[in-house]
Amino acid sequence: MANDRIVLPPVNAKKTNMTCHFCIVGCGYHVYKWPEAQEGGKAPHQNALGLDFRKQLPPFSTIVSPTQQNVVTDQDGRRHNILVVPDKECVVNQGGGSVRGLHMASYMYADGSQTGERMKHPRLHTGDQWLETDWEQALALYCGVTKKVLDAKGPRELAFDSADHGGAGGGFENTWGAGKLMFTALQTPLVRIHNRPSYNSECHATREMGIMELNNSYEDAEVADCIMCIGANPYETQTNYFLVHWLPNIQGITVDKKKEWFPGEEVGDGKVIFVDPRKTASIAIAEATAPDRVIHLDLLPGTDVALFNGLFTYVIEQGWIDRDFIARRTKGFEEAAAANKLSLDECSKITGISVDKLKQAAEWAYRPKAGGKMKRTMHGYEKGIIWGNDNYLIQSALLDLVIATANVGGRRGTGCVRMGGHQEGYARPPHPTGEKLYNDQEIIAGRGMVYTAWAVNPFQSTLNAENFRETVMRRSEIVKEAMRKARGATTAQMVDVIFDAISTKGGLFVTHINLYPTMMAEAAHLMMPAVHPGEMNLTSMSGERRMRLSERFMDPPGSAKPDCIISADIANTLKAMYHAEGNAKMADRFKGFNWKTEEDAFNDGFRLQGAKDVGGEIHSQGGETGNLATYELLRKAGNNGVQLPIKEVKNGKLIGTEMLYTEKFGTDDGLAHFKPSPWNGLFKAVQGQKDKYRFWVNNGRVNEIWQTGYHDQYNPKIKERWPMAPVEMNPDDAKELGVSNGDIVELFNDYGATYAMAYLVPEAKRNQVFMQFGHFNGVMGDVTTDAVDRNVLPDYKHTWANIRKVTRGEYKATVSFKSRQYKA
Amino acid sequence: MSETPNQPASPSRRDFFKMGGVLAAGAGVAVAGLTPAAAEAAINTAATLPYKHKTVARVKTMKVNQPVPFNYPDAASPCSAVKMGAPVPGGIGPDGDIVAYSIMCTHQGCPTVYDSNDRCFKCPCHYSIFDAEKGGQMVCGQAPTKLPQIVLEYDAKTDMIAAVAVNGLIFGRQANVL
Repeated sequence: MANDRIVLPPVNAKKTNMTCHFCIVGCGYHVYKWPEAQEGGKAPHQNALGLDFRKQLPPFSTIVSPTQQNVVTDQDGRRHNILVVPDKECVVNQGGGSVRGLHMASYMYADGSQTGERMKHPRLHTGDQWLETDWEQALALYCGVTKKVLDAKGPRELAFDSADHGGAGGGFENTWGAGKLMFTALQTPLVRIHNRPSYNSECHATREMGIMELNNSYEDAEVADCIMCIGANPYETQTNYFLVHWLPNIQGITVDKKKEWFPGEEVGDGKVIFVDPRKTASIAIAEATAPDRVIHLDLLPGTDVALFNGLFTYVIEQGWIDRDFIARRTKGFEEAAAANKLSLDECSKITGISVDKLKQAAEWAYRPKAGGKMKRTMHGYEKGIIWGNDNYLIQSALLDLVIATANVGGRRGTGCVRMGGHQEGYARPPHPTGEKLYNDQEIIAGRGMVYTAWAVNPFQSTLNAENFRETVMRRSEIVKEAMRKARGATTAQMVDVIFDAISTKGGLFVTHINLYPTMMAEAAHLMMPAVHPGEMNLTSMSGERRMRLSERFMDPPGSAKPDCIISADIANTLKAMYHAEGNAKMADRFKGFNWKTEEDAFNDGFRLQGAKDVGGEIHSQGGETGNLATYELLRKAGNNGVQLPIKEVKNGKLIGTEMLYTEKFGTDDGLAHFKPSPWNGLFKAVQGQKDKYRFWVNNGRVNEIWQTGYHDQYNPKIKERWPMAPVEMNPDDAKELGVSNGDIVELFNDYGATYAMAYLVPEAKRNQVFMQFGHFNGVMGDVTTDAVDRNVLPDYKHTWANIRKVTRGEYKATVSFKSRQYKA
Repeated sequence: MSETPNQPASPSRRDFFKMGGVLAAGAGVAVAGLTPAAAEAAINTAATLPYKHKTVARVKTMKVNQPVPFNYPDAASPCSAVKMGAPVPGGIGPDGDIVAYSIMCTHQGCPTVYDSNDRCFKCPCHYSIFDAEKGGQMVCGQAPTKLPQIVLEYDAKTDMIAAVAVNGLIFGRQANVL
C-alpha cells in the first residue's frame, strides 16, 4: 500500500460507530466502508468526510493517516476499503486519537497483512504439530473431555482464565456468555480474571466503604481545583482523558467553565499532584505545561499507605476536613483517624518525601478556599496502587482521606476513581461458591485438569510467571505425549486418552480461545478463533460509565465467532451429550443458550438483570435499569452513548447519570464507611527479595503497545520501536554494570529471570528500574513474587532483582534511545 | 515559523505562543553506526506520486545540528533539513548525514520544533517527540506514524541537496501532492 496517499471514502460510504477497542477512555470513532474500486474525490462534496483535500488542511482537522486505512474482504469475497477516523462530536475525545486507537483499521483482519496471523478456524495440536480442524471436532473434543471430568471429578477440576472487561476481548455480550457457561452451567469455582490469579474485584476496600470505583465524569477533571494522580501515567495509558480533559484545566483554559458551574466560588487554574516513585511521561508533560502547578510526590516504593495516613492525620490537625459531611454522610471516622494516625515527620521518614513538600501538597489539595469552601479535588488512581503493596490497605487509606475531605459524594469537580485499564463490560451470574482461590497456585500444585485460557495470555501477564509457565508446560506435555501416541484414534477415543493423561498422570488439557495463537499456543492442545469489535456488535462502558454500541461492519476471518456464541456452542453441545445419555437433570444445567446472535446474549444478560426467569441473580454494571438499553437505542445514541446507570428513556433517548453518590453511598445504610488502615510495611515475599537483590523492578505499559501486544507484535513499525521490553535505568547504574543503550540485560532473582533492552534514563533513580509489562519479548512477570493481599490481589509492582549485561543486542541502529520526557 | 498554517482554536493553542523559532544549535555529537552508503539505502520509499525535484541547500553552507527550513512538495508544507554530523538512516550528502522531514506532526498537524539538545522534533500540542537521527521514529507520543521523511538527492558537482519525494503521508492531506 502506498504510504504517501490514502483512499478517500465516497459520499455514499457506509458509516458506523466504533468505540476504541483499547483503553478504558473509550474514544469515539467512525468507520467508513466502501467497495475497493471506488474512491471519493478531493472536493468536500465528493468525499464522505466533507473536507476539502484540494488544499492543505489546518492542524486539528480530522485525522487521516495510512494506519487508519485497510482493505478487508467479506466472506462473499467482496473487498472493501475501510477508514476509521476519530469522531469530533464525541464528548470523550472530541476528534482526538491516541497512537493505539489510530491503529484500529490496521488491526482489522486482512489476509496477507500484519493481521494475517489471526486464527481462522479451530486448531488441534496432535501431539507434534498444530493442524486446522472444524468446530464440530473442536467442540466434540472440548466438550467430551469437559463432560468426562465433570461427571467423574466434579466442576472444581475445570479451570478457566477469562476476560471480564469491555472493549476488544470483552463486552457485556461476551462476559455474560462465558460467565453463564462457567458459573451457571459448569458451576466451577476455579476461575481467574484476565490479569490476576483469582476471581475478585480490584476494589474490595472502596466497595465495602460504599464507593464504586468509577463515580464521576471526565468533565469533573476539567473543573477540579486539584487533581491527585496516584500510581497512574495517563498520557501513555488514558491518553485522551489526559489530553482533552486534564490538561485544559492545568493550562487554565477551563476557568470560565468553573465560574459558570460554581458561581461565587474561588476558582483558578487547576493544579495536579502526581504520586509516583518514577518520573513518568505524564509528569514531564504537566511540568512542561505549567511548572508552577505540578507537584511530584516521588515516594519510596510501596509506601502509599503511609503517605495517605500522614496526609489524613495532617488535614485533621489543620481542620481541613468537612465535619458536617462526616456527620451526615459517613461513619467510623474517629476509629479510622485513631488507627491511621501518623505524624508528618514519621510519614516523611517512611515515604522519603520532605515534610515541606507534603505540606504543600496538602495545601493544594485540601486547604479550604475563601469562605471556608472545601476544595474540589479529584483523585484518580490506577495500577500503582491496584497492583501495589497491599491493594486493600492502600485503597482504605486513600478513601479515608478522600471521604474526610468530602471529595466524593456528588460535588462536581471531585470523585475518587480508577483511571482504569480496559473498558468495562461486566454482566455475569455470581461466582458459584464465592471462594477466593489462588488459581495459579492451584495449577502449580497440580490441581485442575482442564484449563481454558479465554481472551487472556497469563504466560506474558501473570505474576510469578516463570513458575506458572513451567508447570503448565510440563503438565501440558504429559497430555501431548499421550495424544502423540494415539495414532488413528477417533475423537471419542482421543477424549479417553486425554482423560487418562489428566486424571492419572498429572496432565493438564489446555484450550486457548483468542484472536491469535499468542504465547499460549506453546502449551495448548486446542485453539478456538474468536472475534473483536467490528466483526461483531459489542457493548462496553468507559471510565465514566459511558456505554456505547460498537457496530459490526465486516465479517470475521474464516469461521471465527464471538465469545458469547462460542459459549453457547459449548453449552448446547454439552446439553445434547447429556440428552443423548438420558441425563435430563444435567442437560437442564446447560439450557438457556439458544442464542443466534450477540444481541440475543445481550438481551439475555445485561438487559434481564434481576428478572426471575433467567435463573437467578446477575451482577451487571447496567444495574436494575439495564433493561432500558436496547441495541436500537444505543445505535441511535452513537458515540456519546449513555452514562450508566440509565435513569429513563425520554423521547426515544437514553438518559443517564453523570455523578454517583449525590445522595447515598453504596452501603446498606447509605453512608460512606471509613476503614482503619495502619501502615504495615512490605509483604514478606517482597521484603525477602528486597533484602537480597539490588534493583527495585517497577513495571507498566508503554504508550504504543496495548497490553500483551497481541496485535502489535505483528506490526513491523511498532516492533521496530519496541522489539524487546525496554528496561529504564539510571545511567550511573548502567555504567557500573557496563551497560549502554540497546544492550540486552538479564534481570534475575529467586523467582525467575528474563531479558530486557536497556534504555538509559537520567531521571531514573539509582537502584530503581522500570520494565515494560507484558511484552512478547521479555516477560517482566518472570521476576515478580507470588505475593498477594487478603483478597488474592497481586503485588505486581514490587519485586527486587539483580541485573547483568548479556550482550550488546541488535537494536542500537534501529531503536531510538532519546529521552521520552517532553521538555519544551 | 512563517510557513506554518493558520492556528485553529484549541485547548493547546497557548502553547503555540510559547514556541520560539527553531532552537539554537547545540554542540554537534557524532552518532556512529552507519556508513554513508548504508544510510542512503536505509530509506525505503513507497512513494507513488509525481513529485517535483527541488533544491534545498548547498551542503557546505549547512552547519551541523542547525535546521534549514524549506517547503516541499509545495508552499503549504513546511519541512526542515538537518545535517547531523554522522551518518544516519536516510542520510545523504558526502557524509551521509543530511536528513529532512515534514515538520507537521502526523498526529494532528501542529508544527513541530527542532530541539538541538537531543536532536528531535517535538510537538507542542500533544507532546509527540520524533528522532531526527532515526528516520523520524516516534520516541514518545500519540502520532500513528513517523514524521514523513523527505527523500533527498545529492549532486556532488553542485554540492546541492534536493528534495525528490516524501516517504510517509503529510498531515492534513489525502496525498502528498495536492
